[in-house]
Amino acid sequence: MAHHSYDSAGASHGSLKSYATGFALSLILTVVSFGLVMDGMLPRGVIMAAIVVAAVVQMVVQVHYFLHLDTSSAQRWNVLALLYTVLIVAILVGGTIWIMINSQAHMMHGVMPMGH
Amino acid sequence: MATIAHSQTTLDHHDGHDPIGNATFGFWLYLMTDCILFASIFATYAVLGHNYAGGPSGHEIFDLQYVFAETMFLLFSSTTNGIAMLAMYRNARSQVANWLMVTALLGLGFIVMEINEFVHLIQEGNGPDRSGFLSAFFTLVGTHGAHVSLGLLWMVVMIFQVLGKGLTQPVRSRLMRLSLFWHFLDLIWIGVFTVVYLMGVL
Repeated sequence: MAHHSYDSAGASHGSLKSYATGFALSLILTVVSFGLVMDGMLPRGVIMAAIVVAAVVQMVVQVHYFLHLDTSSAQRWNVLALLYTVLIVAILVGGTIWIMINSQAHMMHGVMPMGH
Repeated sequence: MATIAHSQTTLDHHDGHDPIGNATFGFWLYLMTDCILFASIFATYAVLGHNYAGGPSGHEIFDLQYVFAETMFLLFSSTTNGIAMLAMYRNARSQVANWLMVTALLGLGFIVMEINEFVHLIQEGNGPDRSGFLSAFFTLVGTHGAHVSLGLLWMVVMIFQVLGKGLTQPVRSRLMRLSLFWHFLDLIWIGVFTVVYLMGVL
C-alpha cells in the first residue's frame, strides 16, 4: 500500500502486532466458518448467513491488518479506488444473479402451459 | 506551518515525486481490475453452480478438511509475507530472503494440494467438461490458482534479486507490489472457500 512508501515520512507500515492480530482473527473466522458447515447442527439458513458474515468480516480484517488501509488522507485514493471497485463488483454480481433468476422464472412460465 | 508541511508531504506522494508511491498506487489499480475479473467469474459460478447435468454436486466431491488445510497454507503464507516486509523495513536482507522462502514454500503447498484435487477430480471423470457446475468450478478455482502460481514465480525471482542485488530501491518497490499481490490472493480465496466449498457442501 501507499502506506509502505512512507518510511521517509516516518509513518507506520504495519507491525508484527498488526500481522499477528490479522492472522489470529482470520484463523478464528475461518475455523468458525468451516466448523459451522462441518458440524451442520444449526438450520441451513443460519449457517449460510453466518459464513457470509464471517467472510465479509475476514476480508475487512485482512484489508485493515495485512494491507494497512485506513481512512487517513494519505490513503484517500487507495480507499476510493477500493470503494468504487466494491460498487462495480456489487452491480456485476448482484445484477447478473438478478437478471438470470428473472429470465429463468420467465422461461419456466412460458414452458409450463406447453407441457399441459 | 506544521499543517502546511504535512499537506505538502501528503501531496508529494501522489504528484510524481515519489516513484515507489506511484508504482504502488498503479499496481493497486491493477489489483482492483483483477477484482472485477474475479467478480465476473464468481457471477458465472453463481449462475452455473447448480447445473449438475446428472453429474456430482459439490456435496459429493468436496472434502472440507482438505480445503481447510489449503486455506491454512495460504493464510500462513500471507502472514509470513508480512513478516518478510517488516524485515525489509529493518534492512535485514537475509531475513527478507528467508521469510520469502518460507512464504513461497507455504504457497507451493497450497498449489500442490490444489493440483492434486484437480487431478483426482479429472481422473474420476469429473473434469471441467462434465457439467456447467464443474466448468464454472474449474474456471474460478483455476484462475485463482493461476494467479498464485504466477505469484510464486515472481516470489522466486524476488528471492534471487534480494540475495543478488540487495535491498535496493527498485527491489523494495517490487517487493511492495508482490506483497500487495500475495495478500490480495488470500483475500480472493476467502470468497472462493466460502462461496464454492462451504456453500457447495452446505
